[in-house]
Amino acid sequence: MVLSRLRAGLQRTRNRISHALRRLGGDTSLEEALEALEEILYTADVGLLAGEILDELQGEVRRGAIARADELGPWLRERLLRELQDPGPEPLRLQPSGPTVILVVGVNGSGKTTSVARLVAWLQGRGLKVLLGAADTFRAAAVEQLGIWAERLGVDLVTGPHQGDPAAVAHDAAEAALARGADVLVVDTAGRLHTQKNLMEELAKVARVLDRKIPGAPHETLLVLDATTGQNAVQQARRFAEKVPVDGIFLAKLDGTAKGGAVFAVQRELGLPVKFVGLGEGLEDLEVFDPGEFTDALLGPRPAAETA
Amino acid sequence: MLDSLTQSLGKALDRFKRAGRLTEADVQEGLREVRRALLEADVHFQVAREFCDQVGKRLLGEERLRGVEGSQQVIHAFHQELVALMGSELPALPKDPRHPMVLLLAGLNGAGKTTTAAKLALWLRQRQNRKVLLAACDLVRPAAVDQLRKLGAELGVEVYAEDPAPDLRPEEVAARALEQARRGRFDAVVVDSAGRQTVDEDLMAEIERVEAAARPDATYLVLDSMTGQDAVESARAFGERLDLYGVILTKIDGDARGGAALSVRRITGRPLCFLGTGERPGDLEEFQAERLASRILDMGDVVGLVEAAQEAVEEERAAEDYMRMMEGRLTMEDLLAQFRMLKKMGSLKKVFGMLPGAGRMSGLLEQVDDRQLARIEAMVLSMTPAERLHPEILNGSRRKRIARGSGVQVSEVNRLLQSFHQLQKQMKSMGRMLKGGKSKKRLLRQLERSGQLPMMPPGGRPRGFRR
Ligand SMILES: Nc1nc2c(ncn2[C@@H]2O[C@H](COP(=O)(O)OP(=O)(O)OP(=O)(O)O)[C@@H](O)[C@H]2O)c(=O)[nH]1
Ligand SMILES: Nc1nc2c(ncn2[C@@H]2O[C@H](COP(=O)(O)OP(=O)(O)O)[C@@H](O)[C@H]2O)c(=O)[nH]1
Ligand SMILES: [Mg+2]
Ligand SMILES: [Mg+2]
Repeated sequence: MVLSRLRAGLQRTRNRISHALRRLGGDTSLEEALEALEEILYTADVGLLAGEILDELQGEVRRGAIARADELGPWLRERLLRELQDPGPEPLRLQPSGPTVILVVGVNGSGKTTSVARLVAWLQGRGLKVLLGAADTFRAAAVEQLGIWAERLGVDLVTGPHQGDPAAVAHDAAEAALARGADVLVVDTAGRLHTQKNLMEELAKVARVLDRKIPGAPHETLLVLDATTGQNAVQQARRFAEKVPVDGIFLAKLDGTAKGGAVFAVQRELGLPVKFVGLGEGLEDLEVFDPGEFTDALLGPRPAAETA
Repeated sequence: MLDSLTQSLGKALDRFKRAGRLTEADVQEGLREVRRALLEADVHFQVAREFCDQVGKRLLGEERLRGVEGSQQVIHAFHQELVALMGSELPALPKDPRHPMVLLLAGLNGAGKTTTAAKLALWLRQRQNRKVLLAACDLVRPAAVDQLRKLGAELGVEVYAEDPAPDLRPEEVAARALEQARRGRFDAVVVDSAGRQTVDEDLMAEIERVEAAARPDATYLVLDSMTGQDAVESARAFGERLDLYGVILTKIDGDARGGAALSVRRITGRPLCFLGTGERPGDLEEFQAERLASRILDMGDVVGLVEAAQEAVEEERAAEDYMRMMEGRLTMEDLLAQFRMLKKMGSLKKVFGMLPGAGRMSGLLEQVDDRQLARIEAMVLSMTPAERLHPEILNGSRRKRIARGSGVQVSEVNRLLQSFHQLQKQMKSMGRMLKGGKSKKRLLRQLERSGQLPMMPPGGRPRGFRR
């Protein structure tokens, strides 16, 4: 299932590269080719880094290191790859003993709850016993949403009253994780804009409470970014990382037309690597981040643009 | 949301400002920086390119304004292009809806559809006195139906929902919701739908079927303001499948630079209609291109200045409002508009300052602070359209209802009406004084010279109140 989806994505990718290369190949002038690449990078949300990379590329052309248009694509791929950190097959640092606590944070609607659910599925696949904490006490039916996932996954869920203190839920969840001997506790939080001071403080408090109950927790804090997010992603990552110890990015909704290129700037400016990607709304739609595949997809075809 | 776009554009524009007279090289260099600023602000690549081309044309071509200085010329060109980019000739809500009016919300996952559905329901009830039904047609996301039910209960808005089952289709739910609305004499139905990605053919076909079943008066695309370049891609794809009326931009309470707002209009041809400004049901605003453009350029004065040197289309309209008011045909909406404008520029105070015996009146207006303004707004919003147009029909029981609806004491409603009558009298006598048999044109000129125009925001009163 995952594989077939990924393959579909990769197919699109290959088409786009070959399409781009066709546009670049043969009799295309370097000038035209550079313009095409500029468009590919900017429309993938790579942002101002694109300008920098293109300047470098132009430098290569000028000093004669690149002479043909079809050499541009491979050069660019390698160059982009250098910007990304590979999380390897084990992106999460699991504690040797006692529960590992994973805190999931992000702006409204980025994909946190769904990502929590598929993280649990992924952890269960590794034979771990997982407990869930529903610390979104704000949004209507947020607890019910996570509750449905918990039921499908067959894991326990610790909840608190609607509009209650999320830190209290975190506290209870940590306590329950210790008492029930869970290997991993995953805590979902309410979406909040990084500009909202009170809500960011509230989040810091959740992390502090976890640390008090289980020293060192949260051991992994994942910021869920929506792949459609533009340059605001850097601002989000910066502000969240100021309040909680963000370790990495969960890049959700990569199954759409968005390429998620904003993570280049997030990695470069804040040193935060992508650890997982979300490829759909289901439990199985999770992949450990693979920089090569990601870059290929980024340089790959954009279906809508071609019909335009 | 737009502060940083303002800043980065401001920097780019500074270059133009220093230049005085613009050479072609100045323009090219400046535009390169503007393009960078736009891209950094998530304006779509193609739109940024086109935009700079257009501005360049205005600056170098025949369209340039004569006798205007370089910097003003640039700002003017930008302002014009921004308004053209975002400008909306459509009202935020469809103009002649059927009964019941049906609105459908569509968009990507997590854009804010469900929250916006609740916001629209509240808006329609509060501002148009409509009896609203919410229809829960997201059968994909876990607990989506629950979410809408809870929001409805919170607002006291009825929700048509069916418990999701494997063979339940959202278009069936939509059809039955409509039936219910007709039977229950509802005036409006707001249909929530599942979030989807445009490459998901099954789900795109599904939303088409929902639209076919609901036959909405308006289908809105709900778009997250943090969206980057994909805003345009997705909007285009939704636009190919649905008969989009306009766009609702959400989460503008953040610090995203809003480039999506600039781009979607250009690419889809569909205007922005509403803005989501927070998570709560009251956090919805009607979109105004003019205001947003000015905010982006953050230089209202200069814009006004250059504008004044131009045709008087908008002044004509404002003048008509003046004329009407000065004949004593004042409405509650005029009053509210005045209070709002007053807060912004104190224009009415100037008018009254010129008149003998107006001291008391302007004193009264001066006391209006933000909190009072909010209360005044609440009171006016609690009035029916007829009451706003003809405040003289406000008898005791109507006043009580308004007080209840807006959470104030009846005495406060009475005070509002008092100021209304005072203002009405003042306007009348001012009208007589100024007019003295003069033509409308001359009155207009006189007002212009005394620096009173434009007193109304360009484009007249906030649109929501016109209808
Ligand atoms: N296509 C797609 N949809 C996703 C993905 N991840 C999440 N979603 C959808 O995006 C929407 C929001 O997801 P949630 O998981 O509820 O997001 P959240 O961040 O918890 O939202 P709030 O708690 O409301 O802030 C839902 O419709 C999800 O089904 C993904 O990888 N791909
Ligand atoms: N700050 C802010 N949050 C919003 C706004 N509109 C929606 N949200 C939040 O965004 C998230 C997703 O909204 P929801 O309505 O469930 O999105 P849907 O999946 O498109 O139906 C929720 O956490 C909402 O509370 C807005 O204008 N501002
Ligand atoms: Mg959630
Ligand atoms: Mg929803």
